Order: sequence, then C-alpha cells, then structure tokens
Amino acid sequence: MDLFHQVKFILRLTRSHDIVRRYFIVNGFDGALTMLGLIMGFLFSDTIEITVILNACLGAAIALGMSGMSSAYVSESAERHRELGKLEEAMISDLHDSAHGEAARSVPWLIALVNGFAPLIISLLILIPLFISKSGIVLPVSPLYIAILIALFLIFLLGVILGRIADISWFRSGIQTLLVASITALLIYLFTSM
Amino acid sequence: MLAVKRIILDVLKPHQPNALEFCKVIAKAGSDYRVRLTVLEVDENTETLQLEVTGSDIDFEVIQSTISDIGGSLHSIDEVEVQNESDLG
Repeated sequence: MDLFHQVKFILRLTRSHDIVRRYFIVNGFDGALTMLGLIMGFLFSDTIEITVILNACLGAAIALGMSGMSSAYVSESAERHRELGKLEEAMISDLHDSAHGEAARSVPWLIALVNGFAPLIISLLILIPLFISKSGIVLPVSPLYIAILIALFLIFLLGVILGRIADISWFRSGIQTLLVASITALLIYLFTSM
Repeated sequence: MLAVKRIILDVLKPHQPNALEFCKVIAKAGSDYRVRLTVLEVDENTETLQLEVTGSDIDFEVIQSTISDIGGSLHSIDEVEVQNESDLG
C-alpha cells in the first residue's frame, strides 16, 4: 500500500477525516487572523523597517506552528490511546500490533502535522509580499497592503471551504469569515489609535 | 497432499474497517481466494461475522494473521473442507 492509500486507510479506520479537516481550518484561520492582526498593528504604527516586521511575523508564524503541532499531538495521542483501550476492551484482545494499534500511534502525528503546518503555511503565504520587498524588489503598492489583501483572500477562502463542507452557500460563508476579519481589523484600529 | 478448499470462520471485528474492506483484505491474502462475509451481530463497538473462504489451497495461518493484522479476532473454525489430492492424477 503506498503512503497516500495508507494515510487514507488509517484515517478511515479511526474516522479522523473530519478532525483533520477541522484542525486544518481552525488553525489555518488562526494563522491568517494572527498575521492580519500583526500586519495591521505595524501598519498603524510609525514607520518600521520591513525586516523587523518580517521577523516578528515569522516568529509568530513559527510559534503558531509549534504550538499547533505540540498541542494537537498531546491531546490526540491521549484521545487515541483511550479509544484503543475501549476497543481492546470490547474485542477482549490486544490490538497493539494490529492496524488499529498502528493507527492509534500514527494518527496523532498526522493530525499534529496538519495542525502545525496549516497556520505556518497560511502565514508564509501572507508574508510573501514582505519577502519580495526584503529581497529588494520594489512593489507598486506597500507590501503591508498586499499582505493584508492576501490574508483577507485566504480568510474568505477558508470560509468558502467551510461553506462547501456544511453544504451551505459558499459565498455567504466566505463573507461571514471576512466579517470576522473586518471586526478584528476594526478592533485593532480602535485600540492602536487610542 | 492435503489441500484446504473451504473454511468457515467465526470472527469478531471492530466496525472499522467495514465489511467490504475486511473482505477485500482477506481475499488479497491468496491468489485465488473467494471470500463471503455475513454480519451476524452488530454491537456498540464490534461486529460478529461469519467468514467463508474458498480457494484451491487455503493457508489458514496467513488468513489468521491477516484477520488479527486488521484488528479482528478469530473465535472459532466452524466448518472446514479438506481434499486429499495425492490420489488425483
């Protein structure tokens, strides 16, 4: 069985598709909103060097990734251990060497990777204009504005995915997540301009 | 040479993998295995199955280890059909 089919098999075995999807969206949203908040905070501040902004955002993105990875691993590991114990009790047999035992050990890693990489990758996508600007390429618009636009687009996209999962209007769902981002931006503006 | 042609097993398995997937994995254990699975009972976490495997020379050990590899537990061998092929031309 190749890796892709093996991953699909253990996800099916543990019925973890939904959890992986949920973790991806929730933590991806976390990453996008955190980057949006940081960049807007810098935008409303006095002129700050792009390297400082990039380092602060990168630091936050890496911390979000590590936090997502470790928290998901710890909680999922405990959850899977408990599930396996319940199943072993029902089966009255040791499932350690079975596909269920293997799944109970590997699913927490898989979920941890998704939970960690979702905010990290989304943050890195948002930071692309800042990387470009730092490399010396002059952009027609401030890289901070472009980064905010990318963040809003990704937040809308996560809303669209949520809409498709829930089988409701993808546009409405996208607008809902955009609304959350707008409220966040408004709060940042209000608090930073005080 | 004695060849096992058919066995009927009583197996307990978790709900996942489902009956179809379970059947396919068992069938893959031999090149000409034909598997018939009947779900006899469904509990909260488990299912009791009757598994019938037919083939030209069934390797029981392989079937037993395949069942435990996918989380099943063999309870009993309910029927067996063995043929002595040494007399055959």
